[in-house]
Amino acid sequence: MTEAKKTPLYETHLEHGGKIVEFGGWLLPVQYSGILEEHRAVREKAGLFDVSHMGEVLVKGTDALAFLQNLVTNDVSRLTQHKIQYTPMCYKDGGIVDDLLIYKQDEEEYLVVINAANIEKDWQWMQENKGTFQVELTNVSAKTAQLALQGPLAQSILSHLTDTNLEELAYYWFLPNVIVAGKETLISRTGYTGEDGFEIYCQAEDAAELWAAIMAAGKPYGLLPVGLGCRDTLRFEACLPLYGHELSKDISPLEAGIGMFVKLDKGEFNGQAALAEQKKNGVKRKIVGFVVTGRGIARAEYPVMAEGRRIGTVTTGTYAPTLEKNIGLALVETEFAKVGQEFAIEIRGKNVAAQVIPKPFYKREGQQV
Amino acid sequence: MNIPVELKYSRDHEWVKIEGDQATVGITDYAQSQLGDVVFVEVPIADTSVVVGTGFCVVESVKAVSDIYAPVGGEIVKINDALTDTPEIMNEDPYGEGWIAVIKIADQADLDNLLSSEEYEKFITEEGN
Repeated sequence: MTEAKKTPLYETHLEHGGKIVEFGGWLLPVQYSGILEEHRAVREKAGLFDVSHMGEVLVKGTDALAFLQNLVTNDVSRLTQHKIQYTPMCYKDGGIVDDLLIYKQDEEEYLVVINAANIEKDWQWMQENKGTFQVELTNVSAKTAQLALQGPLAQSILSHLTDTNLEELAYYWFLPNVIVAGKETLISRTGYTGEDGFEIYCQAEDAAELWAAIMAAGKPYGLLPVGLGCRDTLRFEACLPLYGHELSKDISPLEAGIGMFVKLDKGEFNGQAALAEQKKNGVKRKIVGFVVTGRGIARAEYPVMAEGRRIGTVTTGTYAPTLEKNIGLALVETEFAKVGQEFAIEIRGKNVAAQVIPKPFYKREGQQV
Repeated sequence: MNIPVELKYSRDHEWVKIEGDQATVGITDYAQSQLGDVVFVEVPIADTSVVVGTGFCVVESVKAVSDIYAPVGGEIVKINDALTDTPEIMNEDPYGEGWIAVIKIADQADLDNLLSSEEYEKFITEEGN
């Protein structure tokens, strides 16, 4: 194992009392004031995350689109300039390499945003899939920092720092070359919390000043610096999958419930045959949401039991701060995946009752699907 | 960090208040701050025996599950039921409302391994925090 990496904001986190943990090979704050307080701040006001650990790869060239179409499951040709697309990236067998965001800069240039823990693996996979495509791949992860300003007051806060009309930036769109607090950034209306908000990409050396400017502008609004702990509980309540939990090389997008991002009719791509077969025959396992009706908290890896045998595994489970319930996501055999289905979660050797509930657990008012 | 002088401490971050042959136990202020927001406590079962140094209570924060180790061995004579419905009292008042159980001490020798408040303060400083 190589030594854990520090983001450009490491010192800033220490100065503000961030409790540092290692995540995906990076030293990042799991919390500042407390996960529950930070979770509430993002749901009700706003929170600022350091997500500089995320990876970014530039895809340039005359075959940029063709290369991406082969690489991912969603239909990249539907993107227009400055629009963003979410997509799984699969192996030939339909298992997931990673889930990512694709930003279309122009016809021959795309920015691909990947998970921190998968940067090396994804980079390798992209190289292997370059084939004869006329593309140039550049890993710009190290020189790119990323801040996520999330919450209902995010736009009000950010509007103090830029002349750009944020009102006109719609969900899953981005703008390059935006000056925020005197620094050149790329901003997108995206996030991983289930709230409105922005992700702000900047040069690594500008990150600390940008962080300070946003925190100062957000102070009157109740903006808090927030850590990975609430990032996980927020994304979990919104049922946004996390690689290594709901998504993995052993779980397909159809099983994970993100089949709407697989476009089987778009032309050839990695995993197409396997996924078409799964779609035709139906999947054997599915990710479901459940509430623990007995006493206890389900955690990742706990067995799901029914009819005296193991029928699945919890992928994420915790106390959900907004819902004030112990809930979870689990990969279970399809016949146990209907809403209302009762099963048990094995918690420290004891079977605790649980029931399948609809997903997502949390949806903000007026949210677009 | 609050470390009351009248209490004894284990190296696993529990406090012990000794009254005759009975010990009231709980987790320290340092322990609750390290755990973060406590959202679930599996309280010990009354009238059962515990062995010193073994898990006798489970505390869950948003992120993690932690075993609480018995700082002394013996019979559990009283448990704090309030932790079942209001686990947050463990954060808010770890030395008071957030107590876990009263144990009837089986072997007074267990007490020899406990630390004084000064020793415990030194211990957590040396742990690198």
